[in-house]
Amino acid sequence: MDAVTTDAPLLAVRDLTMRFGGLTAVDMLSFEAHAGDITAVIGPNGAGKTTVFNCITGFYRPTSGGLNLTQAGGRFALERMPGHRIARHAKVARTFQNIRLFAGMTVLENLLVAQHNTLMPDVARGLLAVFGLGGYRAHERAAVELARFWLDAIDLTARADDAAGALPYGAQRRLEIARAMCTGPVLLCLDEPAAGLNPRESDELSALLLRIRDGGCSILLIEHDMGVVMRISDHIVVLDHGKKISDGTAEQVRNDPNVIAAYLGEGDEDETPAEVAQ
Amino acid sequence: MSRGATALPAILRDAGLSALVAFGLFAVMIGLKTDAGPTSLVLTPRPWAVVLAVAAVFFGRLAMLLWRLWRPAGVPAPRRITAGFARAGRYIAPVVLAVALTLPLYAGRYWLDLGILVLTYVMLGWGLNIVVGLAGLLDLGYVAFYAVGAYSYALLAQDLGLGFWTCLPLAGILAACWGVMLGFPVLRLRGDYLAIVTLAFGEIIRVVILNWTTLTGGPNGISGIPRPTLFGLTFSAGGGPGSFADFFGIEPNLTQRVAFLYYVILGLALLTNWVSLRLRRLPLGRAWEALREDEIACRSLGINVTITKLTAFAMGAMFGGFAGAFFATRQAFISPESFTFIESAMVLAIVVLGGLGSQLGVAMAALIMIGGSEMFRELAEYRMLIFGLALVMMMVLRPRGLVSGRTPSVSLGERHEIAPDLVAQGRG
Repeated sequence: MDAVTTDAPLLAVRDLTMRFGGLTAVDMLSFEAHAGDITAVIGPNGAGKTTVFNCITGFYRPTSGGLNLTQAGGRFALERMPGHRIARHAKVARTFQNIRLFAGMTVLENLLVAQHNTLMPDVARGLLAVFGLGGYRAHERAAVELARFWLDAIDLTARADDAAGALPYGAQRRLEIARAMCTGPVLLCLDEPAAGLNPRESDELSALLLRIRDGGCSILLIEHDMGVVMRISDHIVVLDHGKKISDGTAEQVRNDPNVIAAYLGEGDEDETPAEVAQ
Repeated sequence: MSRGATALPAILRDAGLSALVAFGLFAVMIGLKTDAGPTSLVLTPRPWAVVLAVAAVFFGRLAMLLWRLWRPAGVPAPRRITAGFARAGRYIAPVVLAVALTLPLYAGRYWLDLGILVLTYVMLGWGLNIVVGLAGLLDLGYVAFYAVGAYSYALLAQDLGLGFWTCLPLAGILAACWGVMLGFPVLRLRGDYLAIVTLAFGEIIRVVILNWTTLTGGPNGISGIPRPTLFGLTFSAGGGPGSFADFFGIEPNLTQRVAFLYYVILGLALLTNWVSLRLRRLPLGRAWEALREDEIACRSLGINVTITKLTAFAMGAMFGGFAGAFFATRQAFISPESFTFIESAMVLAIVVLGGLGSQLGVAMAALIMIGGSEMFRELAEYRMLIFGLALVMMMVLRPRGLVSGRTPSVSLGERHEIAPDLVAQGRG
């Protein structure tokens, strides 16, 4: 943790490389995500988007490169931190492409587990709570209030006492976002939150994400639903085969010939991407 | 009934096939009996026993199929049983507790001894339930902590002359330390690998105890382990000054000591229950359950998976250690023979039969498995047959244990039971 510099981006990815044996999933990738923005990472399947997420959230240790997160609490070199410390100290929360809720626990319990570190700062205080010591009760009341706030935000208050695994798919997606928000993150990484949602649910999701951004939490978003991406993103990074092929606002990216080539294919081999774009 | 008429030949064929399989199995196993002859073993054929067994299978299968055919339509039987259990569950627990609390008032020596045995396993089951049921870590070497607790008390009492109530927490702490020591290297392992390593750990502890003769007495064990006292009052059979009988001016009686031991283990078991129930509603217990549900999601929420697993191991081990210390003081003699793998398997079977994570289920399972097998003692070798049959019945009727639903630890409105098929069983 170094001193805070005010003009640094929230997340700076520098020359990130991730190799699995002979396969280079992410190749010298650099981009920035600024505080207060929704930054989208898009690209065809297998472009390395989820690998980047796993590096940022500590599930993979990058082969080389730097991941610097700068926030009010200081500067963190994410590439050297284990996953649970990234979530706890650097305050990066994430959701998963295939939903990972605690299916056998209720909706409310899911949101309380997310506040584990607020409720139980260390094991000693966790054990003291058995005997009703350590101010646990007041903490729990506050935690339930926060959970209730997010339940209202995702419109699941009525189902708070149902098992998370019994919720419909769209509600599970929203609950996973609320659970991540209950950790009090400064950066929320969403891995395809709109996958499998119907158009109405996608619209609600967009509204929720904008609300989260306006609440002060920056968002890093992987998404295939271009409607959602183009509507809410402040900044878009496009990956293909582990490399960045474009970077800019929605308008810039939409008109970038490299992006069109990557998404639509390059046509005949003798055609250049530029020709396709024309 | 037309449905029955068309299905009847099929049913007869099915029952016939079952009888054929039974004949293949029983023809040699039951049909031939080995007897000691004048010079060597001789085979005595028992055709009637085979006929009886095959007939039993034939008619049993027939009855089962017919019942399935004519059973009233509607809710399938297991679900009805589940609902019944859920309703009865509310009343079972207080009744069982009341009976347990008042047992020494009307029960004789035999029943108290049986009660102590059952309660020891209830306590072990509740202790292991923290590790297996809540945290979802499969521990096949739980007996190791039981042994550590027992030997800790025996050695501390014999070598340092400490009393039971001083040694009890020490035995628990030592066992918890061993839990952490086991926990550290095995935390990266999951599922089957974890099970194998914990199994090995249980054996290692036993083998060390067996061979470290200078400390543990090896196979001879440790005898003359002091009995617990009640605020300094002893329970010696002869009475005498400083004894419980002398202090209260009553006739010394061996049952008093047994009743005292009974209340000690009842208290310890209830302590285990209280702590686990309390922890389930606290962040630590909730983190254990979250770990069982999804370890990766836990990491993404900033939960230190290592520490959380270690606390589960340590907490389970601590209660195992308490139970061990009690075992040592009750028996007054311990040897490595009491801490074999079969004990681990028994406790695990109790937890699994009772229903992972369910306190009442574990208590019921211990009562049935330990008490029940004691009841059927007259049946000698057929006891294991009944036991096996009961396990198979359980697997068919209630694959997730006696009490399989999960009660939420916190709620905004009304608390509903969570269906067992949603609750993860843990993969280590």
